[in-house]
Amino acid sequence: MGFKNAPMTSAKPVEDKAKLFSSEICSEIDRWIGKFPEQWRQSAVMAALQVVQDDNGGYLTQELMDKVAAYLEMPPVSVYEVATFYSMYELKPVGRHKVCVCTNVSCMINGSDRIVEHMEKKLGIKLGETTGDGRYTLKEVECLGACGGAPMFQIGNKYYENLTTELVDSILEGLE
Amino acid sequence: MSDDQMVTIEVDGRKLEAKAGELLIEVTDAAGINIPRFCYHKKLSVSANCRMCLVEVSKVPKPIPACATTVNNGMQVFTRSPLALAAQKGTMEFLLINHPLDCPICDQGGECELQDVAVGYGSDVSRFVEGKRVIPERNIGPLIATDFTRCIHCTRCVRFGAEIAGIRELGATGRGEHMEIGTYVEKSIDSELSGNIIDVCPVGSLTSKPARYQARAWELVQREAVAPHDSVGSNLHIHLRRNQVMRVHPKDNESVNECWISDRDRFSYLGLYSEDRVTRPLIKTEGQWKECDWQEALDFAAQGMKKARGGDGDQIGALVSPTATLEEMYLTRKLMGGLGSRNVDSRLRQGDFRGEESAPWLGQSIADLDNLNGVLLIGSNVRKEQPIFAHRLRKAAMEGAWVGFVTPFELDMNYRAEQLVSSPAGMISDLAAVAKALGLSGSLVDDAEVSDVHQRVAEKLKTAEKTTVLLGNLAVAHMDYSLLRHLGALIADATDSVLGFLPEAANSVGARLVGVAGGDGLDSLAMLNSPRKGYLLLGVEPDWDFWNPSLARQSLSEAEFVVALSAYRSASLEENADVILPVAGFTESSGTYVNAEGIWQSFNGSVKPMGEARPAWKVLRVLGNLLDVADFEYNSSSQVLEEARDSSTIQPGGNSSTPGELNVRTPAAGLVRAGDVPLYASDALVRRSNPLQKTNDAISAAVHVNPQVAKDGGFSAGDQVMVKQGNTGATMALVIDEAIPDGCARIPAALSGTGELGGQFGEVTLEKA
Repeated sequence: MGFKNAPMTSAKPVEDKAKLFSSEICSEIDRWIGKFPEQWRQSAVMAALQVVQDDNGGYLTQELMDKVAAYLEMPPVSVYEVATFYSMYELKPVGRHKVCVCTNVSCMINGSDRIVEHMEKKLGIKLGETTGDGRYTLKEVECLGACGGAPMFQIGNKYYENLTTELVDSILEGLE
Repeated sequence: MSDDQMVTIEVDGRKLEAKAGELLIEVTDAAGINIPRFCYHKKLSVSANCRMCLVEVSKVPKPIPACATTVNNGMQVFTRSPLALAAQKGTMEFLLINHPLDCPICDQGGECELQDVAVGYGSDVSRFVEGKRVIPERNIGPLIATDFTRCIHCTRCVRFGAEIAGIRELGATGRGEHMEIGTYVEKSIDSELSGNIIDVCPVGSLTSKPARYQARAWELVQREAVAPHDSVGSNLHIHLRRNQVMRVHPKDNESVNECWISDRDRFSYLGLYSEDRVTRPLIKTEGQWKECDWQEALDFAAQGMKKARGGDGDQIGALVSPTATLEEMYLTRKLMGGLGSRNVDSRLRQGDFRGEESAPWLGQSIADLDNLNGVLLIGSNVRKEQPIFAHRLRKAAMEGAWVGFVTPFELDMNYRAEQLVSSPAGMISDLAAVAKALGLSGSLVDDAEVSDVHQRVAEKLKTAEKTTVLLGNLAVAHMDYSLLRHLGALIADATDSVLGFLPEAANSVGARLVGVAGGDGLDSLAMLNSPRKGYLLLGVEPDWDFWNPSLARQSLSEAEFVVALSAYRSASLEENADVILPVAGFTESSGTYVNAEGIWQSFNGSVKPMGEARPAWKVLRVLGNLLDVADFEYNSSSQVLEEARDSSTIQPGGNSSTPGELNVRTPAAGLVRAGDVPLYASDALVRRSNPLQKTNDAISAAVHVNPQVAKDGGFSAGDQVMVKQGNTGATMALVIDEAIPDGCARIPAALSGTGELGGQFGEVTLEKA
C-alpha cells in the first residue's frame, strides 16, 4: 500500500453527490472523472476545482473545496493541498479580470518588471491586489510556458504576448 | 526477479547479503551502517523528499537517496565518499535555512534527529543571511503541541495520518517557501493514535502538549512497562524524573504494538497525579471519613471482613477491576478462598452469564490480524476499544480483506467496511440470518429472515481464506451475550473461521487464567443481584465500572462491610465503602498482564507509590496474614507470579462456546439502550487524565437517537430528557444521530451522569424533563 492509493479515499462516501452542485457542474466534473480509471476519481480534483471556481466568480471557498472533496470521495485536506499549491486557484475573491503576469526568467529578461510597474501605476494597485471597482486583479505568476513571446500575461483563458506598455493599455481598456 | 532471490552488494567496502528488491536503507540499517535520514520511516511509505540519505552508487552519475533505491546485485555503495558527504552536507545546509536556532527552549532538544545529524553534517556558520520563515502556533487539540516554524517538511506526520491512523487530517498546504504542515482549517487532530506523530516527527514541530516544558530529555530515566488499559498489552517506555512520570513512549515490539501506542496508553499517566489520589488509608466511622495509619486500617478491614463473613464464606465476594495485575487477582482469589468464598469476578461489564465459554482470548496471535482475508466483528467498536487491534485490522483491510460489523449503532470507520446496523435485538436476528444463509439450522436460526446482506456476509466468510469472527466489548455487555457468542461460534464453525474475542481490559485474559473470571463462584451480576454481606473491591469505582451501576451501589450500600483497595477516592466509593486502602497506581507497582494473545508480560514498578500507598499485592498479603489465611507469606510479586503460573491450568487455546438456554432476553419492541464505554472512560486512571478528557473522544453523558425516534417522541436536539430504565432514571441531553438504528438509544456508560442508570443494555423510555 502506498500513500497514493487507499488512504486518499474517504471511508464513508457521500451518497447523494448530485445534491452537492448544480447538474451542469456535476456533469462537467463527471466528464473529467470519466477520463481516469474508475478507482482514481481523485485524479479529477484539479479540473473539478477549476470548474467550481469558474462557476463561483473566479475563487474558491472552504465550503466549495469540501464539496469537491465529498464529490471525489477524498479527504478535504487533500483538496486544500491542491488548491493552495497551484497559482490558478484563488482562495479569496478576485476582480472580474485576473491579470496573471509572468515574472519568471525569460519574461524578466525581456522587461516584465517594466510591465508590472506600468500596470501597478495605471491601476493604482500592487501585485496581489484588486482595484476598488472590482475590475482587475494583478497577480504575479511563475512561467506559463510562453517564453517565446516574453514578456507575457494571461487574462482569463487567453495569453497576451510580446507586451509593451502601449499594448498593455489597449488590452486593459478593451476589457469591460 | 523473484522476491526471495538474494543479491550481494557492497557498502563502504563491506559485502552485504540482501533480498532483491529490498530498499538500500533497509539493508544498511539491518547491517548497522548509519545513513542520515528524516523522511524515511520503516512503517511509512517512501517519499524521498528530505534528500538527507543521498549516497553514492557505482555507475550512477549523481548521488541517489538510499530510502528510494532498491538493491541490485553487485551494487557498490559509498555512504561516506566525498560525493556522498558533499550531497549530505548540502542537504543539511538547505534544511537548516529555515530552521530556528531555538534548541535551548525546544522540547525535542537532546533527542532531536535534526540536532543529531546537524552535529555530523551541519556547518558551524550559516551562509544564509535572509530572514527565516515563521509560522504561528496552530492549535490541533489538547494532546499535541505544534511549532511548525521548526518543521523540515519530511511529511512523516502526514503519511502517518493517511497510512496508519487512517484519517488524513494533516496535509502540506502551500508551495515552496510557503508550504506548511497543518490542518489548513482550525481543527483538532482526533485520531485515537494521534500521539504517535510526536514520535515520528524528527524535529520539535510536534511535541507532547502535556509534557511541554516539563523536563529535558537528558534528565529523564527510562523504565519499561506494559500498558494498563486495553488487552493489547502495548509495551511502554516510562520516562521519569525524580520519582515522577514525565511522559510515556512506545517500546518497539513488532508482534504486539509494533512501534505505536494509542493515545490512551500515552497520556493516561497524567491521571496518576490527580487530586483525588488516596495517599493515606481512610476509614469510615459513623459516616465520617478519617485518615489513619496502615495498621489501624488493615485491622479495621480484616475485622470488618471477618464479621461480614460470619460463619458462611459465601456471604462475601470480591469484585476486581480487569486492569488489576495477575498477582493482585491471584491473591484476591486466594484470600477469598481462605475465607471460604469462591465469589470473585472481574467481568464487571458483562451483561449475560448464561452458558459457558473458554478463556476469551483473541484465538490467534495479534500479528495474525494483519493477514486476515475476512473478519466479522460482533458488537465491537474496535477503534475506540482496542485502537491497536483496529490498526491491525485496517492493515488487513488495506490489503483487500473484507471486514464486517454487526453493531447496534453505525461506527465511524477509517476504511470501508460492511456494517450491519440494527437494534440490540436486531443484532441477534442479523447473526441468526447469517447463520441461516450458511445453511445452519436450530432454534434462533430457523426463524431468521435472510436478506442479500446476510447472504453476502456468509459468502465473504465462506470464500475468504483466512477468516475470523471476533466478539467485542459491546457484545459482552449485551443482555444476550451468550446468544451472540453462540451464533458467532456457529458462524465461525460453519465458515472455518477462528472464533476470537477482543477482551476489554489489560488483564481480562489473565483473570480467566487465575480463576478470577469464570471460576465456580458467583459471577459479578449474581453477586450484586443476591447481595452479599461483605465485599472487597479492587480498583473499582461503583458508579463507573459496573454493567449496572445502580444495582452495584444498591448492593454495596446494603452490605455490612465493604473494603476498597483503590488509588483514588470518588463520591460513589466514599458513599459505599467502609475502608479505603490506598494502593499503587500504574507504573508504581510490579506485576503481570496477560494480553489478548495470551502473552504473559511482567513489569517492575518504575516509581514509588504516591504518599503512603502500597502495591495492592502487598496490601492483600497483609490482609491475608491478618485473616490467618494459610500459605500467605510472599516476599516479592514474582513469588506470587510463580505460584499463580503453577496453579493456572487453563491455557489460551481454541475458543469454544456452550450456549445456555436459548431464549432472547432483549425486548424486540420499544427502545433498547446500547451502552458503550467511551474510549476515555474505560478505567479510573484514564478518567482522571485531564488532556484526554479534553479531546473530542471524551464525550459527555447523552442519549443518542435517530431523527425518527426523536420525532416520534417529540424531542429536538439538545433537549434535556428523562431516561427511565427499570426503576432507575437520569436526566441528560438528547443528541440526534443518524448512526443510531430504529429501536435503539445509544447511552454511553461510565460517564458522569450515567451512574444513576441501570445495565448497559436494557429497555429504556424517554420523557421530557
